[in-house]
Amino acid sequence: MITSAEKTRSSKSDVVRAVPREVLHDPAILPPITDSVIDVDSLSLWYGEKRALEDVSIRIPRKKVTAFIGPSGCGKSTLLRCLNRMNDLVDHVSIDGDVRFDGMSIFDPDTDVYELRKRIGMVFQKSNPFPKSIYENVAYGPRIHGTKGKRDLDEIVERSLRSAALWDEVKDRLADSALGLSGGQQQRLCIARAIAVQPEVILLDEPCSALDPIATAKIEELMDDLTQDFTLVIVTHNMQQASRVSDYTAFLYLGKLIEYGETERLFVKPMKKETEDYVTGRFG
Amino acid sequence: MKKRSQSDLLGRSLTWLSGGALALDLLLVIALLAVLAVNGLGAFWQHKLVRLTLRDGTRVLGEIHAEETIPEQSATRMLVKVGNRELTALDFRWIDEANIATREWPEDATLLERLEWGNFYGALVEIRRGGSVLASGPDEVWSALGPLRDQKRREAKAVHELEVGPIDRVNRELERLRLDARKVARQGLAKEEEARRVTEIEHDVAAKQAVYETLTAELASRRATLVSETVIAETVDGKRKEIPVSQIVRAIQPNRMGTAATMGLYASRLWEFVSADPRESNTEGGIFPAIFGTVLMVFLMAFAVAPLGVLAALYLREYAKQGVLVQFVRIAVSNLAGVPSIVFGVFGLGFFVYGIGGSIDALFYRDALPAPTYGTGGILWASLTLALLTVPVVIVATEEGLAAVPRIQREGSLALGATRFETIRRVVLPGAAPGILTGMILAMARAAGEVAPLMIVGMVKLAPSLPIDGEFPFVHLERKFMHLGFHIYDLGFQSPNVEATKPLVFATALLLVGVVVLMNLVAIIVRNRLRQRYTSSAV
Ligand SMILES: Nc1ncnc2c1ncn2[C@@H]1O[C@H](COP(=O)(O)OP(=O)(O)OP(=O)(O)O)[C@@H](O)[C@H]1O
Ligand SMILES: [Mg+2]
Repeated sequence: MITSAEKTRSSKSDVVRAVPREVLHDPAILPPITDSVIDVDSLSLWYGEKRALEDVSIRIPRKKVTAFIGPSGCGKSTLLRCLNRMNDLVDHVSIDGDVRFDGMSIFDPDTDVYELRKRIGMVFQKSNPFPKSIYENVAYGPRIHGTKGKRDLDEIVERSLRSAALWDEVKDRLADSALGLSGGQQQRLCIARAIAVQPEVILLDEPCSALDPIATAKIEELMDDLTQDFTLVIVTHNMQQASRVSDYTAFLYLGKLIEYGETERLFVKPMKKETEDYVTGRFG
Repeated sequence: MKKRSQSDLLGRSLTWLSGGALALDLLLVIALLAVLAVNGLGAFWQHKLVRLTLRDGTRVLGEIHAEETIPEQSATRMLVKVGNRELTALDFRWIDEANIATREWPEDATLLERLEWGNFYGALVEIRRGGSVLASGPDEVWSALGPLRDQKRREAKAVHELEVGPIDRVNRELERLRLDARKVARQGLAKEEEARRVTEIEHDVAAKQAVYETLTAELASRRATLVSETVIAETVDGKRKEIPVSQIVRAIQPNRMGTAATMGLYASRLWEFVSADPRESNTEGGIFPAIFGTVLMVFLMAFAVAPLGVLAALYLREYAKQGVLVQFVRIAVSNLAGVPSIVFGVFGLGFFVYGIGGSIDALFYRDALPAPTYGTGGILWASLTLALLTVPVVIVATEEGLAAVPRIQREGSLALGATRFETIRRVVLPGAAPGILTGMILAMARAAGEVAPLMIVGMVKLAPSLPIDGEFPFVHLERKFMHLGFHIYDLGFQSPNVEATKPLVFATALLLVGVVVLMNLVAIIVRNRLRQRYTSSAV
């Protein structure tokens, strides 16, 4: 459904599909979510010959914060980047399974990938403002999606910066280079930039890992407010952070989804041994 | 412990070595500029005129240009510029110090810079018009000469305007009629139609010919008035020489001039050097056409090479699938930079001049054939040849610039829903702009210094007119052009008057360096502006 290389995999997946999968009924990964915005359906992904995701099925609840946790290299980023098809940009990727966004397969030939990425925004681990002014950074998305008028842009920029809790700090220097901001401010600018195109979902890949505790706290606080309007998916290494900010948590291990459920339940009463080991820190 | 101190010693000596290498480099650059400046800029300074009486009684008037000890003797000799080339054959003379009996600096010793034959050194005697004497005696002639020269300068300007204006126009109209006639002959029209057209053209030709004749008659009479006044001047050994006033570029009495006047003269000569046309087979006058030709050619080259190089690099880095083939292309491009430049010249001659230029002539300038229009060397072909020569530099620098744009910035743009093209246009290219400009700087510097390939694709010793002038269509890219690099070669190796041109070689070289530095400076300023705009200013 996505890459040409993937066609060669289809025979394999047919075999898999033929087998009824009791995992789908595993309560450890099937929390009662009624209103989901993204449905991942037995997704597997290979980087060349190397399998990075194995049969992952997960439902992302609307206007909630979902956290992906797990040890390094378990496939959190890979899963996240599947959701807005950023993995298209990587060579030799093949994908099996499906991801549905609002009921529509994102791999469908009719899906406009640029529209998809507009609706599912992304914030990266390392803040990546463009080497342009603060204003231009936020206006970038709206501009490429066709907003022209200065008044409209001004309004979007202000609203986005306010939503990202950055407005008061930068309102007097919108024309300055974005690279002159502090690390935490840059990361919030990236969030504002993502907000500016009015997405429905924002994916955040370890957004605080390069920040000090105060900047981290600011962003965590911000995330709470953002759930008013957006669905958030956050990858984090920090268990406290996951438990603080998220409503649902998914634990991945070696490319597999081990456990998924309401955050409180998962941290207090993990159903799987691996999860318990990981959240209690007994994990290597 | 021992090992540690050894490596420390090594480290320290490396510091010294690298620092020393840098210092040496700087020293060489400074020495180069100093040598050029001292040898070149001295040439415009007016020395006092000295009258030497030699032991054998002969007298010499001129400027002492240099003094040196004669090898293996303790005596010294002097290089004296004596001018008066038409009388003495050589305008420089070596005189042994031992031969000199007296030295004087006569107040009224006069230097006349002339359009032809170079400098005249001597004393003023008379001004004549036809048979009558207008002024006589050194002082009277000196004071009459100034206003008279102003008048002659105006007359000369009028003559020049007549030549390049109406006369040139009539000439071109005649040439057009001649081409029309050839066209009619080739068209194979019906007999009477052809005859009618031919008579029509002949009628026009006759009319234009008449206009031409009146104009040339006027020109002849004006030229006659122009040379009607002459100065009679006497050399130090008593020979008299009649010089038309209109031929005098400058009349100077250096021994009467104070420092301020001398400096003014220096400035005026320097200005003449950079702003005037050359005279006397390039040994005198200015080198403006060469400066103009060099700068124009480099800019044309830049216009051609920028899109070519940037687009090629863009494809290689952003669109092509990275693999063995791309790697091979990359190596080939780098190697292209190492191909001797004369090879590009030969290619330019075969491909641009004969191939493309010849086809253009055959298609659009048929009536002018066999005289080529584009099918011969010209500034356009020279620029394109240099563009090919420098394109590897631009490609390599642009690729580096593109590679320097971080992946996460591209992803940031794509994650907002931008297409690849939008990402390249709005994020990648602006980010790579400093790198691209660095490539352009290198390319322009290289192009400005190339001489060899240009000698076969359109550079000439003396171009009759600039590639851009007031004549429609104003830009004449098919024209031949002058170039500072070739000018240096021409002055240094092709001129019979070595002593006169030696300082000009240095001055021209200095100017060439200056032109390159200036162009680079502009590019560097632009680049730094871009850098500032695209990178952090705060700490
Ligand atoms: N572009 C790629 N090409 C090949 N293999 C990759 C690529 N990206 C990731 N991988 C591999 O896929 C696996 C999952 O990587 P991923 O980045 O998703 O892990 P992660 O859970 O985000 O780890 P971390 O917490 O360190 O960011 C890893 O083994 C990694 O080496
Ligand atoms: Mg990751």
